Amino acid sequence: MSDTFTLTIDGKEIQAKPGQTILQAAEDAGVYIPRLCAMKDLVPHGSCRVCTVMVNGRPQAACTQPAAAGMIVESETESVQAVRRDIVDMLFVEGNHFCMFCEKSGNCELQGMAYRFGITAPRFPFLFPDRDVDASHPDIFIDRNRCILCGRCVRASRDLDGKHVFEFVGRGHEKCVAVNAEARLADTDIDGNDKALDVCPVGALLRKRVGFSTPVGKRLYDHKPIGSDIEHAGQE
Amino acid sequence: MSATLETAVKEICQAYGNDRMRMMDIVRDVQAKLGCVDSQAMSLIASEVSAHRVEVESLVSFYAFLSTKPTGKVVIRLCDDIIDEMKGSKQVAEALKDELGIDFGETTADGLFSLEYTPCIGMCDQAPAALINDVVLPKLSGDIARAAVRTLRENPDPVMLVKDLGDGNNSHDLVRSAVNNNIRQKGEVIFADMDPGEGLKKALALSPAEVIREVKTSRLRGRGGAGFPCGMKWEFTRGAEGDQKYIICNADEGEPGTFKDRGILTEKPSLVFEGMAIGGYAIGADTGIVYLRAEYAYLRAFLENVLSEMRNNGLLGNNILGKEGFNFDIRIQMGAGAYICGEESALISSCEGLRGDPKNRPPFPAQKGYLQCPTSVNNVETLCCVARIMEKGSAWFSQTGSDGSTGTKLLSISGDCSRPGIYEAPFGITVKEMLELCGAVDAIAVQIGGASGQMICPDSYDDKICYDHIATGGSVMVFGPSRNILEVAAKFMEFFVEESCGYCTPCRVGNTLLLNGLEKIIAGKGEVADLAYLESLGESVKIASRCGLGQTSPNPVLTTLKNFRSSYEALLTEAVEGKQPTFDIKAALNDAETIIGRKSVHFKG
Repeated sequence: MSDTFTLTIDGKEIQAKPGQTILQAAEDAGVYIPRLCAMKDLVPHGSCRVCTVMVNGRPQAACTQPAAAGMIVESETESVQAVRRDIVDMLFVEGNHFCMFCEKSGNCELQGMAYRFGITAPRFPFLFPDRDVDASHPDIFIDRNRCILCGRCVRASRDLDGKHVFEFVGRGHEKCVAVNAEARLADTDIDGNDKALDVCPVGALLRKRVGFSTPVGKRLYDHKPIGSDIEHAGQE
Repeated sequence: MSATLETAVKEICQAYGNDRMRMMDIVRDVQAKLGCVDSQAMSLIASEVSAHRVEVESLVSFYAFLSTKPTGKVVIRLCDDIIDEMKGSKQVAEALKDELGIDFGETTADGLFSLEYTPCIGMCDQAPAALINDVVLPKLSGDIARAAVRTLRENPDPVMLVKDLGDGNNSHDLVRSAVNNNIRQKGEVIFADMDPGEGLKKALALSPAEVIREVKTSRLRGRGGAGFPCGMKWEFTRGAEGDQKYIICNADEGEPGTFKDRGILTEKPSLVFEGMAIGGYAIGADTGIVYLRAEYAYLRAFLENVLSEMRNNGLLGNNILGKEGFNFDIRIQMGAGAYICGEESALISSCEGLRGDPKNRPPFPAQKGYLQCPTSVNNVETLCCVARIMEKGSAWFSQTGSDGSTGTKLLSISGDCSRPGIYEAPFGITVKEMLELCGAVDAIAVQIGGASGQMICPDSYDDKICYDHIATGGSVMVFGPSRNILEVAAKFMEFFVEESCGYCTPCRVGNTLLLNGLEKIIAGKGEVADLAYLESLGESVKIASRCGLGQTSPNPVLTTLKNFRSSYEALLTEAVEGKQPTFDIKAALNDAETIIGRKSVHFKG
């Protein structure tokens, strides 16, 4: 393993391979860095900023910053966690997230992240935006109220499905995910087998007629916080 | 879409070789031809350039000067930045609304006029100002605005509105603009006379490495605001892997209160282009791009003409000035109304025919920039400095200014002063000296570095303008005793809310939250804890944002909290027994009571 090198995360030395990002190297070493837009098999996006870490004293997104020998990374410090909590808070107040009615509850990464951070209510005031729902497609629906603009569906459709069903339109607070048609998802070439349907971290892009199929108690994050799988793998 | 329009759109696409990288030019031309880039046009463009329809929509919906819905033949864009507001833009707005019978964001029923607001158009020294299509109308009043609308009803060609031509090249046949230069102090670097081609000739007598060494020796730093050493940037770009390299001139000065590059582009364009050619030679690029902000479209024909004259004189083209094998040419890329495109990687995205999202770094533009090739992006003023350094030498250049900040700096000064305009001053000038120059006698606050800069108070007027003390890309806005500093800060936050690209969470959401928090205090509903709230929120946005916009956008709040804290404190209410002092329970219940149809019981205490 002569091509690996060493960096430090919160005082712990870990090994990394050339070409790895900080997030990937940490994950391989069983260190979970919280993230929402980053996902295995998708090109890094660097948009949610939940994976913000301090690298040699400067803030960087762990999902896009290449690991380098000798880096001193701070991840679980109080100041970094405070910034991450603020970002998760922002994502909650920016949209209309009603966990109690949402079929993604228990499997939702945003909700899971809030629980991991001990957030029970956001400290920022809700913005209550007007957002569209698109239920035109017989098997799939989009609820933009819950979209966190992570771009996973955009990347998955483009890079894994080779279709480009989704893309961002508008800018700033008006930015949203649009579909590759005049208006409706039903008029795109998406189908129920698309990988793009399996990547949404929240309840914004969902298959119809399968909601609430997993009973409470058996959902992804019912017993262990988000990220436990990575931390657990690291302990084995 | 009629067959004629369909043909027109296809012809536009063909004129750019159906090249999706030229999408900015395509949609700009379609917008000009159709008055919008509507749904059908987007589909048609997509099929012509082999893109997905939603990619075209993604681009069109990003830029303020593009529209998916039909706009009037004449689009009036009134600048509503803080300086214009101080100089009377609200009265102009009322006059326009009244005369046209529409509100902002609307189009008249006859399809003749659309009325919009736009952020800083680079005319703060002659505010209030508006863009009528591409034509700039400075020094507006309500009456002038009304008269302009009446003239346009007779003949909807905005060129008819320009009566008195401005000074210098503003009167040039290819400009014919009412804009005035207001260059009030000329220095030795930018505005002094120069023989065309002199700097380039001297550069070509050296090797590219020697040119870079000379620029490094001059200690020239970027003039756009970030202050990165120019020679180092060129060295990285030259050393980066890749046969094809590019140099891009950032002529997208959008920082509120900045208009210095307008002066350069009007009076010294050949100096800029010469600087680009020198840069091209130094880094090994044969192509340069000038990214010109849409607000300066009135200068485009003139600049194109300067480029063609330079080609005729052997200063651009093949074997420049007889130097065998050195080929270099420049094209102008128009922007379409997006402040973020002044950020170098967003600018590159825009040049590539994409929405103006900044890119993830690394890789840096010097490694992988325009079309994934090593690219150096330099400010207009920086490139002028380069040409002058080549002409007169690095030793001459670094005589002026201070150790860490060599040369001169262009300052665009506006607001409460008697002589607003462009000043070329040596680095190291104090704020006090600057205020004396521009005739600001009673400034209570000065915003330096634009909205993303800092609001300083009289305690700091002895500080120096330079990279190590008070840094600025050139914007200086002066505020007198009658101004409300918190409202100025709110105005800047509104700007960032509008101009954030929305890519990353902290900037997209955090700026809105900062603005809301500030407005709450201004409305008299703030409490003591709100100051700490704004500070911690502002820090989170600065730390976590992906590019320079979000990393600096909390500054209006943070620097006024630091330097004008008493202005905040004067508006706060003390919390009593853990109750929010400004919460009005009756008002909060009002909607519910209306729906229910009965009053709720109010408990005492």
